[in-house]
Amino acid sequence: MNKNLEESMSLAKPNAQDLTVSQKTAVFIGVLGLFIFVLALFNVSFPNRGLTISVALGSIFIGVFIFSNAAYLNTSKGIKNDGVWFKSISSRGVLGWAIGIILTLFYIVLYFYPQYLGLASKGASNTGLIALFDPLSLLLSGRPASQWFVYGTLYTLAILVFGYKFILKYRHNRYQQLRTVSVMFFQLGFAFLIPEFMARLNESPHYNLPYYDLKSMWPLNYYLFDGWSINGFLSSGTLGLALLIFGVLSVFVVSPILTYKYGKRWYCSWVCGCGALAETAGDSFRQLSSKKLSAWKLERWLIHTVLVFSVIMTISVIYTYLGSDPDKFWLTRSAFLLSIGILLTSVFAVVMLFKRQELGKDARYGAIGYFIIIAALFIMHYTGTTDKIFLIKSSSLRSAYGLYIGSIFSGVVGTGFYPILGNRVWCRFGCPMAAILGFQQRLFSKFRITTNGGQCISCGNCSTYCEMGIDVRVYAQKGENIVRSSCVGCGVCSAVCPRGVLKLENRNLKNRINSRDILLGNDVDLIDLIKR
Amino acid sequence: MDHVVIIGNGISGVTAARYIRKLSNKQITIISAESDYFFSRTALMYVYMGHMKFEHTQPYENWFWKKNKIDLVNGFVKTIDTDHKTLVFENGNTLNYDKLIIATGSKPNKFGWPGQDLNGVLGMYNKQDLENLEKLAPNNKLCKRAVIIGGGLIGIELAEMLSSRQIPVTFLVRESSFWNGVLPEGESTMINEHIKSHHIDLRLSSNLKEIISDENGRVKSIIIKETGEEIPCNLVGLTAGVSPNIEFITSSKIETNRGVLVNRYLETNIPDVYAIGDCAEQREAIGNRKPIEAVWYTGRMMGEVIAQTICRNKMTYNPGHWFNSAKFFDIEYQTYGWVFAKPKENHAHFHWKHADNTKCITIEYNTITHEFIGINTFGIRMRHETFDTWLTEKRTIDFVINHLSDANFDPEFYKRFENDILATYKNQLQNV
Repeated sequence: MNKNLEESMSLAKPNAQDLTVSQKTAVFIGVLGLFIFVLALFNVSFPNRGLTISVALGSIFIGVFIFSNAAYLNTSKGIKNDGVWFKSISSRGVLGWAIGIILTLFYIVLYFYPQYLGLASKGASNTGLIALFDPLSLLLSGRPASQWFVYGTLYTLAILVFGYKFILKYRHNRYQQLRTVSVMFFQLGFAFLIPEFMARLNESPHYNLPYYDLKSMWPLNYYLFDGWSINGFLSSGTLGLALLIFGVLSVFVVSPILTYKYGKRWYCSWVCGCGALAETAGDSFRQLSSKKLSAWKLERWLIHTVLVFSVIMTISVIYTYLGSDPDKFWLTRSAFLLSIGILLTSVFAVVMLFKRQELGKDARYGAIGYFIIIAALFIMHYTGTTDKIFLIKSSSLRSAYGLYIGSIFSGVVGTGFYPILGNRVWCRFGCPMAAILGFQQRLFSKFRITTNGGQCISCGNCSTYCEMGIDVRVYAQKGENIVRSSCVGCGVCSAVCPRGVLKLENRNLKNRINSRDILLGNDVDLIDLIKR
Repeated sequence: MDHVVIIGNGISGVTAARYIRKLSNKQITIISAESDYFFSRTALMYVYMGHMKFEHTQPYENWFWKKNKIDLVNGFVKTIDTDHKTLVFENGNTLNYDKLIIATGSKPNKFGWPGQDLNGVLGMYNKQDLENLEKLAPNNKLCKRAVIIGGGLIGIELAEMLSSRQIPVTFLVRESSFWNGVLPEGESTMINEHIKSHHIDLRLSSNLKEIISDENGRVKSIIIKETGEEIPCNLVGLTAGVSPNIEFITSSKIETNRGVLVNRYLETNIPDVYAIGDCAEQREAIGNRKPIEAVWYTGRMMGEVIAQTICRNKMTYNPGHWFNSAKFFDIEYQTYGWVFAKPKENHAHFHWKHADNTKCITIEYNTITHEFIGINTFGIRMRHETFDTWLTEKRTIDFVINHLSDANFDPEFYKRFENDILATYKNQLQNV
């Protein structure tokens, strides 16, 4: 960045958006709610926990509510990005780093040291923060709270309150509003309430349902096919079986159809819980994602490696599970492996036959490389003597995946680093579900972001505010449509564009990718152009 | 191997360089005194407003230029010696060229106002202007009021910039309504209202008499010619249009008028010297276009064309249907084809405005043939490709109004107004 600009920026505080009186009040109320949690963390015992948790959650709710109203309701409808790069919180300033560090530490404690939050050891009752959430948990599921219940509640609260803020921020944009209502609905209903009610069912001896967020598909939901999970479904009668079948259908049938019609956005920015948090609480950090070409390269290798890891891990887990009691299931190990082999081979073959020319060089090498690895493992299974498919015990694979991908990547890094690396770190670099959807979106989907002829002025708002780090401008200024596997279809590039250049669309597949030599508006003789 | 030297690293020069590189292996050098790397001039406002950092205005990463073998020189060309095909820099260095492309853009107009060179007076055009603005108007404590002179696209952008830091703005517009030399009355009136709704002190039919200095040579106030009113201020923005930035060329043998004179091949009077973008002046205007077009898009188009000519595929500059766009605070504006402030002979306007006063369209058409001539659209995005096709096919206004939904480019789920527009259209026809 230019030196003079840096210097002059520091001359005086350029951000004129000082807090109003009502915003200061709102901050006070909200911080009060958070402070109750801190007190609980230090084991302060409150006389009436039910009342206290209601006050704490309520004041956070009210605080953000008042703050957002004051920030947006009295201003004109339009883009509200004034001062984003001046504010400490949204430009990796002290506030940004502080929040990043606090979030990261919170995740480390949550995943690895839940006892610090007050999780009871066996037989004892909860203390501290988790105990504070007991009344709410008892109300919903009839069980005392766990660290996951605390986390789930705070997660849902964040999506609801910041979702409200986001809806006000985009008062002029119905796409943004509907999308946000949708993620708020799915988080509250599917991820939070329904699983708690399913836990109620488990009070009956006929049910033994595992925790199951219906909208969370494998492989994002990597424990769906764990032994305990499958056992739970299978021991819960018709409902359990139906849920398991739904889980399989959602990834192999529902998702491909919806992704074909609407792109991966139907999931990533309308339904998914990770997306929901990123789009609401994480909205202030979307501009921090790296747009460098090198970041894109890293992204492609990383996310597909995680996908391959998750596929191998899941195959191995199911394989082991099927072997545990060979007479119990109609599906044998060999039949299972064979069908997976056929599925993966046909996907590979279809892409190589019909879409080869659309793959970049590294994508082709990567695809062939990964295919060879998986094929080799299958061959080793059939010719070898080892009982361990893929050489490693499935339980070690499973726990390594849970630790490194499930906890550290998606939680600690994915959310803890929001204020440093942007709000979609996990979705962009790690999520295997996003990799599958993105793969389909890039090759077999009607979705694209259309560029409006020659109207782009290369200003860079679209790229700056792309949370997935797509350099949207590169395409827009060439008059090309944007067809990228990572695009989650949040629609913010289209919203911030000052010239009306970008539109998210589902149209026919023909001419979806439209590179052109000369932009629209310049009547050069195209015959001349070809002659050259 | 030919050495192509381009003076100016704006959109015109950089587009030319990129296309020459696509088409050939020639040696390419781009010279600029403004910035090391190409940035989008239109985005400078967003840096001041805090939407972006300066680095975000650069469409290409810094490694791009070396990788594509485009040499960048930071320097100020003082004279061009066309006899020896040599450029002389301010610091005495020289550079030889085989082909020279002049793409030096514009500079803000100054009309000899008393006090126009005082400290605290600036245009809003280049990177240095932005740096100055940061120093002079970092916040509303140090800049208690700003006055903007000239009601065009840059003027309204500067007003938006300053008001993003809550600096009070007085906006002096010479015309009786904002930009009404270009916009039809209904639209111009709507934008007047919108400007005022953003708490801008809009003064129509007001000219600048003089800028008053304080004892330190800094701006203290301005005086309005019509009323004699003195407005205290700390900053004066001169945004009364731009003109070609060609001072250094006038001493050379290259023929100039207001801009560097070029023919349809963008050639100057000197062989191997070309001019493109804002600084080029067509010897004869093309269609309804002005001889000098200071527009992003035309600069880019000239860059695309000159690259063909230089790479031995001589081509005329042949811009297609006119289009343009802008944003007035929260209201986006696009135009396709020609809509004049007052309809041309045998032309008429169809005007539709939404009750909320932030959306409207105006269509100019031929009253005899009903041919669709052009559309201005405010607050509703329209598809460039669709209108380009309709203009080529010479569609009628009936066709356009009845198929308007095909041209809609608003985001999904936005409220649509085609039925309302159609109803208004039918209504107006009945009244004729």
